[in-house]
Amino acid sequence: MAAPIRVDLQHIADMVEPGTRALDVGCGDGALLAYLMNFKRVDARGMELSQAGVNACVANGLSVIQGDADADLRDYPDAAFDYVILSQTLQATREPRKVLEQMLRVGKHAIVSFPNFAHWQVRLRLVFGGRMPETTSLPYKWYDTPNIHLCSIDDFRALCRTMGVRIERSIVLNNASRRINLPPLLANLIGEQAVFMLRRD
Amino acid sequence: MLNDLTDAERKALAQCRHAVLGTDRPLRLDCGVDLGPYRVAYQTYGELNAEKSNAVLICHALTGDQFVADRNPITGKPGWWESIVGPGKILDPARYFIICSNVLGGCLGTTGPLDTDPRAGQPWNLRFPVVTIGDMVRAQAALIDHLGIPDLFCVIGGSMGGMQVLEWAASYPKRVFSAVPIACAARHSAQNIAFHEVGRQAIMADPDWKGGDYRLHQTTPSRGLAVARMTAHITYLSEQALQRKFGRALQDRNALGFGFDADFQVESYLRYQGSTFVDRFDANSYLYITRAMDYFDLAGAHGGVLANAFRGTATRFCLMSFTSDWLFPTRESRAVVHALNAVAANVSFVEVDSDKGHDAFLLDEPEMFRTLSGFLKGAAAVRGLGSVS
Repeated sequence: MAAPIRVDLQHIADMVEPGTRALDVGCGDGALLAYLMNFKRVDARGMELSQAGVNACVANGLSVIQGDADADLRDYPDAAFDYVILSQTLQATREPRKVLEQMLRVGKHAIVSFPNFAHWQVRLRLVFGGRMPETTSLPYKWYDTPNIHLCSIDDFRALCRTMGVRIERSIVLNNASRRINLPPLLANLIGEQAVFMLRRD
Repeated sequence: MLNDLTDAERKALAQCRHAVLGTDRPLRLDCGVDLGPYRVAYQTYGELNAEKSNAVLICHALTGDQFVADRNPITGKPGWWESIVGPGKILDPARYFIICSNVLGGCLGTTGPLDTDPRAGQPWNLRFPVVTIGDMVRAQAALIDHLGIPDLFCVIGGSMGGMQVLEWAASYPKRVFSAVPIACAARHSAQNIAFHEVGRQAIMADPDWKGGDYRLHQTTPSRGLAVARMTAHITYLSEQALQRKFGRALQDRNALGFGFDADFQVESYLRYQGSTFVDRFDANSYLYITRAMDYFDLAGAHGGVLANAFRGTATRFCLMSFTSDWLFPTRESRAVVHALNAVAANVSFVEVDSDKGHDAFLLDEPEMFRTLSGFLKGAAAVRGLGSVS
């Protein structure tokens, strides 16, 4: 049970206070859920699109249902959770803004991580390569990518401003998922992904 | 009480554990009638631990019984859920105290229409009050009280058993630590009711039914009950399973018979299902229990909002459905999941890929076993139940 989790998930886990209630939307194989339950005594629930993923999670004793961020968050009551987590999934939702609104309604805090589309490698490949970017965090061909709403770190900050959402914490990760501390302009160039913790104002 | 039973039934009841309940305080049925005293026949497996925290209640389906993991004394067949209950199985008597009782209105030892009305001194037959899923669950709760069990680690069941699980969770949330409703719904649909009505009409159209007083006339509405079973049996199988199993294969012949014998294997199979059923089930019981399922509507009982049935629940839920089950399709389970989400309940939901139809919950379904095993392991850890020594 002490297996380490992916570094980007660890950054998310570190934002969650022990003994709270959390919903992980798009929980995949349940690695973050299991970590939160076992190491932080979190009442952790999951939602996952793939039925195979759900079945594997439940077989491992995790509380997971089949569902997706766009359609199924609206079932939950207001402030049902302390945290609603969406890791590496926002860019694959049909209506990212509405998903964020739902997350902030259902959770007291929303934790979101996403790949930065303004990363220098992405820029180089598009500007000089003339091809759709493929990087470690964006490994798909343009024709089979699930990522339909990619954004940059600055785009995301702008959306938060538009929505009047308070950014409680934000961290930017480099290619090795290590945290980097840079001024915003550079962070938007060097950061490969970002993790934001938000709350309604 | 046991006056008009056949020898086989007499033998079955003699072997059956039972409790006589409702002597001091009768059971107030949903129809307004007070029933008492009444018998609840049940089987148990394993021992209740010192903390009384390891009790599991299994709720059986329409034509099921309390013989989950031992030989049915009437049919001589193995228990109906031996794939799940038994030494080394998911529900291991070495770890859990497992209880299964025959439902109210049933015909295997629990009070039902074939018993004698103590006031009239004659068999209840159709004068037995109409019972509901809620009544069945209240009788089970009385049994649990009688056994000195404060709360259940798990209530589990498929089909009508799943309806009872939902009713338990809604009516006794503090007494249900975890709930596993499988292949069921929070209400009977129009189609569900329609199929049951066909079955009931078949029974009542049999001249041997005699308005329900067939024992008095020493007849048995075998043909009607067999047709009811044949109809129901079709709904338990998927179209694919039926096609794969039988196709258009002929029964004991090489060419069509140009008559109305069982030309096709599927006909022969259904006739067999019907004929064996009448040996083990009472026609009036069938009427009463199908009625109880038809009346089940958990949302209706809670102001039309299913979520109200579960408001404030701390029970851990695990729902399961099967892809090819068209009697209780996945969307019915999903409706329950939505209601549970609406109250932020702790819920897991797995749709098992199977082509075996509704009956899949009784069969060898590794994905169901894995799900159940994982869910119970997680729930047992939270409950503080030790592992099997």
